[in-house]
Formats: sequence, structure tokens, C-alpha cells
Amino acid sequence: MTLATQTGKLPVERRGVFSKKLSGILEPYLYVSPALVLIIAVMLMPLILGLSYAFRDIRILNPFSGGFVGMAHFQTLMSDQAFLGALANTAWWTFGSLVFQFGLGLILALLLNRAFLGRGLIQALVFLPWAVPTFLSGLNWAWMFNPVVGPLPHWMTSLGLMAEPYNILSDPDLAMWGPIIANIWFGIPFFAITMLAALQSIPKELYEAASIDGATTRQQFISITLPFLAPTIAITLMLRTIWIANFADLIVVMTKGGPADSTQIVASYIFTQAFRRLDFGYASAIAAVLLVLLLAYALSVIALRRAMTHSDN
Amino acid sequence: MASIEIANARKSYGAVDVLHGIDLDISDGEFIVLVGPSGCGKSTLLRMIAGLEDITSGDISIAGNVVNDLQPKDRDIAMVFQSYALYPHMSVAENMSYALTLRKTAKEKIADAITNVADILGLSALLERRPKALSGGQRQRVAMGRAIVRKPQAFLFDEPLSNLDARLREQMRTEIRKLHRRLGATSVYVTHDQIEAMTMADRIVAMHDGIIQQVGSPVEIYDHPANIFVASFIGSPAMNFLEGTYETKDDNGADGAGIRLSDGSLVAVLPARGATNNQAVTLGARPEHITIAPDANSGLAARIDLIEPMGLSTLVHATLAGKPIKIFTMDRPDYAVDSTIHVSFDMEKVHVFDTKSELRLPPVIEPHPGHRD
Amino acid sequence: MTLTGHTSTRKMLYWGSHYLMIAAFVIFALFPLYWLLKVSVTPNDILYTEGVRMWPSRTTWDNYTFVLTQSNFPHYFMNSVIVAGTTAAVTTVIAALTGYAFSRFAFRGKVIIVALMLITQMFPLVMLIAPIFKILAPLGLTDSLTGLIIVYTAFNVPFATFLMQSFFDGIPKDLEEAAMIDGNTRFEAFRAIILPLTLPGVAATLGFVFTAAWSELLFALMLVSSESASTFPVGLLSFVSKFSVDFGQMMAAGVLALIPACLFFLLIQRYLVQGLTAGAVKG
Ligand SMILES: Nc1ncnc2c1ncn2[C@@H]1O[C@H](COP(=O)(O)OP(=O)(O)OP(=O)(O)O)[C@@H](O)[C@H]1O
Ligand SMILES: [Mg+2]
Repeated sequence: MTLATQTGKLPVERRGVFSKKLSGILEPYLYVSPALVLIIAVMLMPLILGLSYAFRDIRILNPFSGGFVGMAHFQTLMSDQAFLGALANTAWWTFGSLVFQFGLGLILALLLNRAFLGRGLIQALVFLPWAVPTFLSGLNWAWMFNPVVGPLPHWMTSLGLMAEPYNILSDPDLAMWGPIIANIWFGIPFFAITMLAALQSIPKELYEAASIDGATTRQQFISITLPFLAPTIAITLMLRTIWIANFADLIVVMTKGGPADSTQIVASYIFTQAFRRLDFGYASAIAAVLLVLLLAYALSVIALRRAMTHSDN
Repeated sequence: MASIEIANARKSYGAVDVLHGIDLDISDGEFIVLVGPSGCGKSTLLRMIAGLEDITSGDISIAGNVVNDLQPKDRDIAMVFQSYALYPHMSVAENMSYALTLRKTAKEKIADAITNVADILGLSALLERRPKALSGGQRQRVAMGRAIVRKPQAFLFDEPLSNLDARLREQMRTEIRKLHRRLGATSVYVTHDQIEAMTMADRIVAMHDGIIQQVGSPVEIYDHPANIFVASFIGSPAMNFLEGTYETKDDNGADGAGIRLSDGSLVAVLPARGATNNQAVTLGARPEHITIAPDANSGLAARIDLIEPMGLSTLVHATLAGKPIKIFTMDRPDYAVDSTIHVSFDMEKVHVFDTKSELRLPPVIEPHPGHRD
Repeated sequence: MTLTGHTSTRKMLYWGSHYLMIAAFVIFALFPLYWLLKVSVTPNDILYTEGVRMWPSRTTWDNYTFVLTQSNFPHYFMNSVIVAGTTAAVTTVIAALTGYAFSRFAFRGKVIIVALMLITQMFPLVMLIAPIFKILAPLGLTDSLTGLIIVYTAFNVPFATFLMQSFFDGIPKDLEEAAMIDGNTRFEAFRAIILPLTLPGVAATLGFVFTAAWSELLFALMLVSSESASTFPVGLLSFVSKFSVDFGQMMAAGVLALIPACLFFLLIQRYLVQGLTAGAVKG
């Protein structure tokens, strides 16, 4: 990474000045350029191209399509009941998954943060679902919800949750729970890993000091653990919300958005529009709206956090 | 070995100026100590010499060659970091030989150099260990060893002893001095500990807010501080300062010089160069230059606040003219707190500073001209 | 944790419930995988009749032998190994360089680049399929493993970069400065001193990207049309769509697909926690 290096004890030639200054300034860019080129070429350019589709009529099977349609897609969208339903489903899917992933992930992290016999092995086992390819988990969970080949409906019946074993994935009122449960299973490890990392970076002396000051375990949790975890929790929750809202794989595999669109979320609706109806223009318009909504969500969370930390001081 | 010249070197981070034009010539083989309060720019200056920070403007030369645009590796200097910066994945021997290996030194030569240096520093038994398995003092030695094996043109030290306990620090202080005598290498040593500065330096460079305040031998800096900052920073316990006005007549109207303190009492001083009647001045007196009078007939009245026995000596805290002062005495006084004593100032040793510019106004006639070298 | 003589009842209760909860988590995590395994060793004729039994009355390896010898799966498997392996390696190198720059340099445009990387995490990736196809097609990169590798690398670089950065942040700057004074250029110091110290981070990043690339279905499905360039997930899906679904064989293939990803993950999950520990709490 050096352009001009000189050895020996000769006086430096003045032309070296320029090249060293220049190489010093350029150096960081040399390190980041591969990533930058890749991201611009494979993510940013396609994004812009994709956004432009939102204003065009692009249907793969229609040779006359391709024209500019202005805001037409967005106008259709405003009155598209399926889309509006998908928006509501997205909120339900996202927060339903998130609450349990986070709550259970935090509990798991707290459990793993104490030393006990076999912790290493247990940790590896409970983190395993994260490594399972998502469509495989989807298929497997769909299988387990099926009363013919899966145990879950029978268990729920014996627990009195169901009158008789049936497949909740075909019940419009309950179907969303199927993908959500699969998603919880898949997502707990992520939260557990992140929270465990944050827990382990809390200095032990703080707990020792607090216990000398007479704090009970619960008081220590409230006055030390939670404040320390708060920044990590805030960031992870925000990133995960966005990620889950965009995450259609499990739904596409398990229910395809059905029955009767009861599990259709925006991300899976985009998928349906693009690859079942082959209407890329409309799909891009939906995607653009989703992107804007998610950006707005992220920015408002960041703004809220900033406002809160400022009022603290 | 080499000399180092720094000419009008400046450093700024964006709009913040950290160093404002540093001029300093370090001769071949000299041991220079940079001292100053936290944040004054010592590390920055040292890192500029090392090549780890760019120089915003000005020149730095080593052995007569401008090195502004040389990479650290091409400057032939060694540095000991405050954190030691030992490579955690290498053994002690590998740590010390890394630089030589990079220079493609012959294997046998490296082995000789390592054995030799390990001997000097008492590391022979530890050569195969990883830094993790060493005590703080041992790590410090390895860091020293890593610098020494290279026989560089100059050594740079950034607070190398600040992580050690007092006893070890004292011991390493002498060892570094001995090593320097033995190797004769040009050294620049950064510390904020003024005792290290006093005991180790050939010359002290006192810095404040990115400006060199004074350069001189430890005794010179101690005895003839250039301004209030240097006077207050060097010396422990610190110098006492009492504000007042300069007067050219004493209480009886005779010609002389004195400083009228806020309570109206007059302290006699040697006539100060450039001082005029009624000028606002500050009297500076080191604790050892104030004596407690045996009776109430002479000197100024002061009230005892605290007696601090220090073993060899005793430090008396008192209030004089409304100001707290410290008095150093070899006696073992047993005054009660709140009792009144009388003190007098050693006229030849106290300093007069201009309160406004904070500069020292030296006596018109130096009392011991022979002292300067 | 050793339970000493004066263990109080409360402590016993605490550890009792601790282990009970841990057990619940382990069962929740492993039961679906167990079910996958069970189905894969159940003979076809009793697949439905004994559908809800905890363990079938007879077991068979037929599904596995079929998948390994009669199907295209070994070929898909190789493709996936190539794609996931190369993606992991390339992504880790790029992310290490970028993460190092983020950790060590202050430079103009850094904030913008970081923001850009964060924003890429918000895209509905579905939206990118058609445009990426359009960009890759003229370059001959659709229907090719290389094209998949490029796309996966780009998708994984942002997160991998932040992961690597958190590892670098945990290593004192003094170390490469010492190496630079000892005779390295900055890049040499990065390679010889800093990288060896971040090996856990490198392992974590490799493993994370490997599992992600190993599982990816959508782009593999849309960018590749020929059998010869199909990856494992696509092949698995072909069980569902093409024939009457042969669940036993599909589950057997699924179990086989799990093995490399799980192995990788088991090896690295410790480092993942460690790496996040270094950087997690600064946000
Ligand atoms: N990267 C930077 N950006 C902006 N300001 C900086 C930077 N690095 C250092 N400074 C500022 O430069 C000044 C000098 O720092 P320097 O590290 O040289 O102090 P120091 O004299 O070594 O102090 P200490 O005794 O605490 O080590 C400080 O005020 C510091 O805040
Ligand atoms: Mg410093």
C-alpha cells in the first residue's frame, strides 16, 4: 500500500512530498474501494433501476409493455385492498415475531450468561436454528403443523387449545401464527447472541460494587444490566424490525400468503406480483412504498432516541 | 546515533491547533524529557518525530535529513509505548527480534543481539513466554528490549513507566538512565511526572497548550523557571504564589525592593529587572525557601492549618495573607493547629513574576551567577 | 458451578429453574431438527400411517442412498460448496479491508459510506431481482455460479464489514504503530500483526457468510435456470414442485444440506459472541 517509500538516510527529494501526501490521503479509499464498487454495482444501481420500474409498465409476458406510466401504479396501490391488508399483516407479522424473538432471546442470553456445566455445548445447540436454511425450516414447520404427519396439532388438542387436531395454516384466523412461530424459532439465536455479547461486556466490578451496596439481584438487573443493554437493544430491535418486515421466505414457503390472503405481507405480496403475475412495474411500486415506510420508521426511531438521550442530559 | 532538529513544527486536527510552532534542537546522545500537563501535545510531538502523525507544517530532521515524508519504518527510530504494544501472538524473543527479521538480519546476529539484550534486562528466562504470561514490569522490560536490540538512531518513549507501581517506577527510572549512559542513544522521553523529568533529563522541555515554555537542564528549570506555569509545574510540593504589588522603597522609606501582600505586610526581594513601582507582581517561593522564625519578633504572621510529617522532613500548611502556603522544614515542629507562627522568605531564592504576563522578572544582579552553565 | 455444603434451598430452586428453562430452550431448538431426521429415516409406506409417532416402527436409509446415488444432489451439493465457500472467502477479505479502514482511518466520506451500507440493509431484496438480472445478463453472469458469488458477496459485505470492524476496534492501535516503527508499512502491519489477532473474527465472519450463502434461495432460483448451475436449496425445492412431492427424500436431502452449515456454525458461534462483545455496546 505504499507508493513512495525510501530507505537509507538520503535527504528526501521534494517530489516524494507530493506522492506521500497523496498516498496517505488515498490509503483509506484503497481499503474500502472493493466493497464500495460491489455495493454500488450490485445493490445501489439495481435499486435505482428498480425504483424507475415503479413508474413504468413492465409486464414480462406483455410485449407492448415498457412505457412510462407516471404515478399510475401508486394510484392503483391506494385502493388495492390486498395491499392495504398486507400492510396490516406486515405490522402483525413483524411485531408478533419481534416481541417473542426478543423476549425469549433475552431470557436465553441471561441464562447463558451464568457459568454452568456444559454451557459451551448448550450454547452451540440452542444457536443451531440460525444455521438452518430458511426455506427448509419453513417446509419443516409446515410439516409439523400438519395433523397427518406433524405432532403439533395433537399436542394442542391434548392441551385443550383445540377441539380436534387440524392444520392452523389453513385457518385464516390462526394461519399467521404458523410462520410467526417458525420465525421465532429461527430468530431467537440472533437476539441471544447479540444480547449475550452485550452482557459479557458489562464489567463484573459493577455487580460486585452493587452487591456490596446491598442491591438485590433484581435491583442489579434494573440498575446495571438493563441500562447497559439499552443501546444494544435499541439498535438491534430497529435493525431486526426492518429485516423481519422484509423477510418473506417463511411465508412464501409455508402459506404462500394464504389462506384468503390472511398471511400476505407486503414483502410476499411483492414476490407474488413479480413472480406469479409477472408484473414488475407494480411490484416495484409496492417495494418503493415499503422502502420509504421502513426508512421513515428507522429515521423516526433514531430521532426519538436522540431526543430521549438529549433530554437526559 | 543522531541529532534531531524540529523547526517551527505545527499540528492541527481540522480547525483545532494542537501544536503552535515547535522549535527544538536535540543533540546527538542527549536525553530529552518532554513534560507538561495532560493534553498539552507531548504525545503528538513525539508521534510526529516517529512519523505516526503527519506534520501540518514545519520540518523535522533526524541526523540532518528532513524526514517529514518518510514512513515510520524508514526513520530508523524505536519507540516504547505507554501500553507497551507487545505483539500478543509472539513470544518475548519473537517480539524483540521482529524488527531485525524485517530488516533481513542474519539469524545468528539476531540470536546474539537477543541474548545480549535479554542479559542486560534480565529477561533471559522469559524468552519463550507470551506477553500474557508476564507481569507489568516484565512487559515493560520487553518493550524496552524490543527498542534496544535494533540499535536505532533515536529512542522515543511515551510515558513508559506510568503503568508501574511506585517502587518499580523508581527502579526502572535508574535503569533507563543507566542504559542511556551505556548506549549513548539520543532519547526523547515523554512524561507528565515531574519527578521523572527532574531525575532523568539532560534537558527538560516544559510544554503547555502546544507551546514550549522553557528548555533547560533540570536544575536550571527548577532554579530559574521562565514563568509561573513552569514554576508551578516543576517541583513537588509545588511553589507558593502570593500576589501583591512591587515597591521600590521599604517601610522606612529606604531604597530597596519588596512586595506588598494583600494584608499589608512587605516581603523583601532582590530588585527585579524591569519592575516598576506599584506593578502587580506575584511572589513565588518554594516551600524550602520559607523558614519558620524561632520567635515572634521577626517575619510575617501565619496561621497553622496542618502539619504533615513526611519522614525525612515535615511539611507545614499555613495561611498567610489569606492564602494557603506550604513550608518545608527539616525540623520536627509540634505546633498546634490554629496557632500562629512567624515566617520569613529567603530573599535570594524567591522569584518575582509579572502577574499579567506571568513571566519571571529576574533579579538585576543574579545572586549566584556561577550557577549557570 | 459447584454446589457447596451450605447451599440454601433458594439456591437449589434457582439452579433447578435455571436448568429447567435451559432444557425448554434446547428442546424447542432441537425438536424440529429431530422431526426432520425422523421423517428422513421413515420408510415411505408408513410415512403417513405413522405420521405422528415419535419414532417410526421401522427405519431405513433408502432415502439417503437415493439422494446420494440416484439424484442430482451430489452435483447441487458441489455447486453450493463452491458458491458458499468462495462467497465466504471473498466477502471476508473485502469486509476485513473495509472494516479495518472504518476502524482506523478518519476520512472524507466515511459517514456517507457507513450510512450507505446501513441503508442497503433495509432494501426489500425481492425488488432487486429483475434489475440485477438485467445488469448481469449482458455480462453473461446469469445462469452462472460466478454471478451468484458476486451477488451474494455484495449482499453480505455490509454486515460482515460491521462485524469485522467490531473485532478491529478491540485491538489497540498501538500494535500496528509499533509494527510500523519496527519496519512494516501499514498494510504489512495489518497483514502480519492485526489479522492474526483477529482470527476469531475472521472465523466468525467466514461462518456467518457461509451459512447465509448456503441457505439463499430466492436469487439462486431467479438468476439460475440450468440444472448444472443450480445450488442445493434450488434442488431441494425441485422436490416440491417437479414430482409428486417425495417428502422422505426431500427431508433426507435437507438433513444432508444442514450438515456443512451446522458444522460451520457450531465452530464459529463462540467467536461470534466474542466479536460482538468487543464492539456491541458502543452504539
Ligand atoms: N485525532 C485527534 N483529533 C483531534 N484532537 C486530537 C486528536 N488527537 C489528539 N488531539 C488533541 O491534541 C491535544 C494533545 O494531545 P496529546 O495526546 O499530544 O496530549 P499529551 O500531552 O500526550 O497528553 P497526556 O499526558 O494526557 O498523554 C489534546 O488536546 C487532544 O485532545
Ligand atoms: Mg500522551
